[in-house]
Amino acid sequence: MQFTSISFLAFAGLLLLIYYIVPKKLQWVILLIASYIFYLSAGLEYLFFIVFTTITTYIASRIIDSRLAKQKLYLAEHKEELSREEKKEYKDKIKKKNQIALVVYLVLNFGVLAVCKGLLIVPFNQMATNTVLGFLSLGLPLGISFYMFQSVGYVVDIHRGVVRAEKNFFKVTLFVSFFPQLVQGPISKFSQLAPQLFSEHSFDGKKLSYGLQRILWGFFKKLVIADRIAAAVGALKAPEYEGMGFLLLATFYAVQIYADFTGGIDVAIGLGEAFGIQMTENFVRPFFSKNIAEYWRRWHISLGEWMKDYIFYPLSVSQPMRKLSKFTYKNMGNLGKRIPVYIASIITWFATGIWHGFSPNFIVWGMLNCFFIVLSEELMPLYAKFHARFGLKDKKIYGLFEMARMFTLMNLIRISDLFPNVSLYFSKLLSLVTNPDISVLWDGRLLNLGLTGLDYGIIGFGILVMLTVSIIGEKKGSVRDLLSQKPAVLRYALIIALLIITLLVGSYGIGYNASNFIYNQF
Amino acid sequence: MKKKNVMGICTAVCICLLILWLLQALLMPKYMSESQEGALIAEYYDEAGGNDVIFIGDCEVYENFSPITLYEEYGITSYIRGSAQQLIWQSYYLMEETFKYETPKVMVFNVLSMKYDTPESTGNLKHREAYNRMNLDGMRWSMSKWNSISASLTEEEKEWGGNWSYIFPILRYHDRWSQLSSEDFKYIFKRDEVSDNGYLMQVNVKPVTSEHVEKPIADYQFSENCWEYLDAMKELCEKHSTKLVLIKAPSLSPVWWDQWDAQIEEYAKKNGLLYINFLDYQQEIGIDWNTDTYDTGLHLNVYGAEKLSSYFGKILKDEYDLEDHRNNEDMSSQWTKKVNSYNERKKLLEDIRDNKN
Amino acid sequence: MEELLEILCELHPDVDFESCTTLIDDKVLDSFDIVTLVAEIDDKFSVAIPAGELVPENFNSAQAIYALIEKLENE
Repeated sequence: MQFTSISFLAFAGLLLLIYYIVPKKLQWVILLIASYIFYLSAGLEYLFFIVFTTITTYIASRIIDSRLAKQKLYLAEHKEELSREEKKEYKDKIKKKNQIALVVYLVLNFGVLAVCKGLLIVPFNQMATNTVLGFLSLGLPLGISFYMFQSVGYVVDIHRGVVRAEKNFFKVTLFVSFFPQLVQGPISKFSQLAPQLFSEHSFDGKKLSYGLQRILWGFFKKLVIADRIAAAVGALKAPEYEGMGFLLLATFYAVQIYADFTGGIDVAIGLGEAFGIQMTENFVRPFFSKNIAEYWRRWHISLGEWMKDYIFYPLSVSQPMRKLSKFTYKNMGNLGKRIPVYIASIITWFATGIWHGFSPNFIVWGMLNCFFIVLSEELMPLYAKFHARFGLKDKKIYGLFEMARMFTLMNLIRISDLFPNVSLYFSKLLSLVTNPDISVLWDGRLLNLGLTGLDYGIIGFGILVMLTVSIIGEKKGSVRDLLSQKPAVLRYALIIALLIITLLVGSYGIGYNASNFIYNQF
Repeated sequence: MKKKNVMGICTAVCICLLILWLLQALLMPKYMSESQEGALIAEYYDEAGGNDVIFIGDCEVYENFSPITLYEEYGITSYIRGSAQQLIWQSYYLMEETFKYETPKVMVFNVLSMKYDTPESTGNLKHREAYNRMNLDGMRWSMSKWNSISASLTEEEKEWGGNWSYIFPILRYHDRWSQLSSEDFKYIFKRDEVSDNGYLMQVNVKPVTSEHVEKPIADYQFSENCWEYLDAMKELCEKHSTKLVLIKAPSLSPVWWDQWDAQIEEYAKKNGLLYINFLDYQQEIGIDWNTDTYDTGLHLNVYGAEKLSSYFGKILKDEYDLEDHRNNEDMSSQWTKKVNSYNERKKLLEDIRDNKN
Repeated sequence: MEELLEILCELHPDVDFESCTTLIDDKVLDSFDIVTLVAEIDDKFSVAIPAGELVPENFNSAQAIYALIEKLENE
């Protein structure tokens, strides 16, 4: 079931009705059943994977949690008689055991993920189809990267003593499979999401209304903008588009993926809101960022947080890193202080690249991001001086320049998504200088990309609406809050207008072509 | 305050639904000047009731038989429920629906669609989807319509909303906004009648110039699926004590293979049904392929249709002892109007044709 | 506490660490700063802050950081 399908809307509508009719104690059960209906609608063959992660997550979480509970009890009982060293020794022993359990859990799950993602690489896939692994070569199980990371975060948090394990297996099942976020996130933390999933929610008109508004907004972005511009993105990938054509591709792709991804997240979060569940935000107008670090705090936030909490921090504060840090500090001075952080960054970005896909271009993508983050960190003092010298920091126009620079840079990095052939990607980048080919902008080639002038008009209009809403959001806060203070007539008129525009102008369906309707059985 | 809120929301929802309904009416194709066959199915409901004969089938019924001629010559009241490339399950459900409105004495089914086992087997799926629309959009809501939709969906239609897109046709026609014409506004609520009791008149002449040749096919056996629908039609008619007549119109193309003919012949014999393959009676009917077709033999024009109706009317009259409604005052006043409008239409179309030439 | 403030000031000379209680929420300290800070604390206080403690609540103010150090020292 696609988010942007009638079946999904009908499903969600029916679900909302049931959700607020049943006794509140059962609300989470309804969500669980719905999640599995949703998941199964994608195909029975994927069930194995999510059940596997659920079961291993449950077992690992209970084992680790019960050891920690035992430890707490033991330490409390023997508070007086044990010396500090003995306590520490006991704790270390428990920790070791738990680490083993954790590692087994991680290896099992990431192993499955690696096999699934690995099989997407053509030669492996061909190899596998003729073996017992053939059933795996169906493609990636729906949402596996999202629900697995969420589950891993949960187990690690238990190991760290941040949260306690949930004892009810079915509640854990719901946490792993909660359907609004199953397909594309956000990746939620147990401490944030779970209490809301399992608590009782009374009907709240405002939350429902806010949720529905946000879903509509998501549909607008996805149907009117993303799905319409997709044709041009596909066409511009062709070899003949270099220089300006490539830059256009990068820009169009930015529009497409932003509208598509944030649109999907809007639907997910809006749906959660309608159920009375506040999910974590995944995007905060990232294209207004002025530097790359800020961009990554505003784009796909939940993934960035995950990578930071479970890879970057543990790596950079680990024992070996500390030793390395001390060593490099002694030998290399101030730069040495930062070396371990940079090493942790490289590993983190490598992992982030792999997360997006098991192919060289995603690794290049990760490394490019990392390179520019480190570069900007190293150049910070230089920039500071430069800014101070010319008094640039407070100038609005300079801020806009920084945003444009950021936008272009990120677009050019992001577009590597579409080029599994890394050398082709670099040659396209190079063509920006060697073969600018600016005439693509006016020589009519843009009208051969599968978009008519009208399509460009619609996309332009959609971007304008999106930009306006973003600017309001950036300057004045929640657009829906602002809207709720306006007269009801204006509010309803705007919402109805958005609905009708989405419905009529959205790029979906078979498409009307009068000539198909002319009867000619010749 | 709370009450006011609820009232406000209700009003907004109502207004929104009203706008959507208006937009839907505007965006749906009107079939008034182009692709008129799309308007046929919906026209029936105004004329439902009092018909002794109902024709069901594809273009070979709505282009080849003229109910007006049947009335003028024999006093037979009839209606054609035909539509473009109507598939056999669509015919079945139309028949089922028709029985809700009236119980004719004779049900005539054109058997050409026996050759199509699935929507996919018709070849051009883009057209197929459009024909589904022309078959189904015009039907009033009933279980018959729902079942007909479910049986007819192409793969592409299933992907894009399936039955939902028939319940809310705006989902199908939403992007027609850029192609709207004045016709869409003029006919938003009320359509003109394009047919004469389901007959779509053509006055042009385009003679047959060469023989229609088709490559032999591998397997002439009609599919199990089609036989089941034919059986279902037979049973439906039996249930209503209506005589089912199987016909094959005298259209020269698509080719009606002898092997197919034999299968229907045998089926009719086994079930005691009348089966007429008009291709075998071209001489008796008096069809002149130089003057009686508007598209080189695929369909008859009005002159051919009148000859065929005249021929078929006699058979119907003799076989089923149908009442002559010309003597019935109520009926005849109603039908005289139809005859007049038929003649006016014929004259108008002939004038247009002659002025063009 | 003095020692901690010294470390912090070295990191960002322009911030008033004694009064600020939103170091993380307002993005005064980014993840690179946190890691540097952890290394410095390890150096000066001989306290190893585990990854599990690297949460916003523990780093939003100098007081919070100091409390964390004290807690870990007593364990």
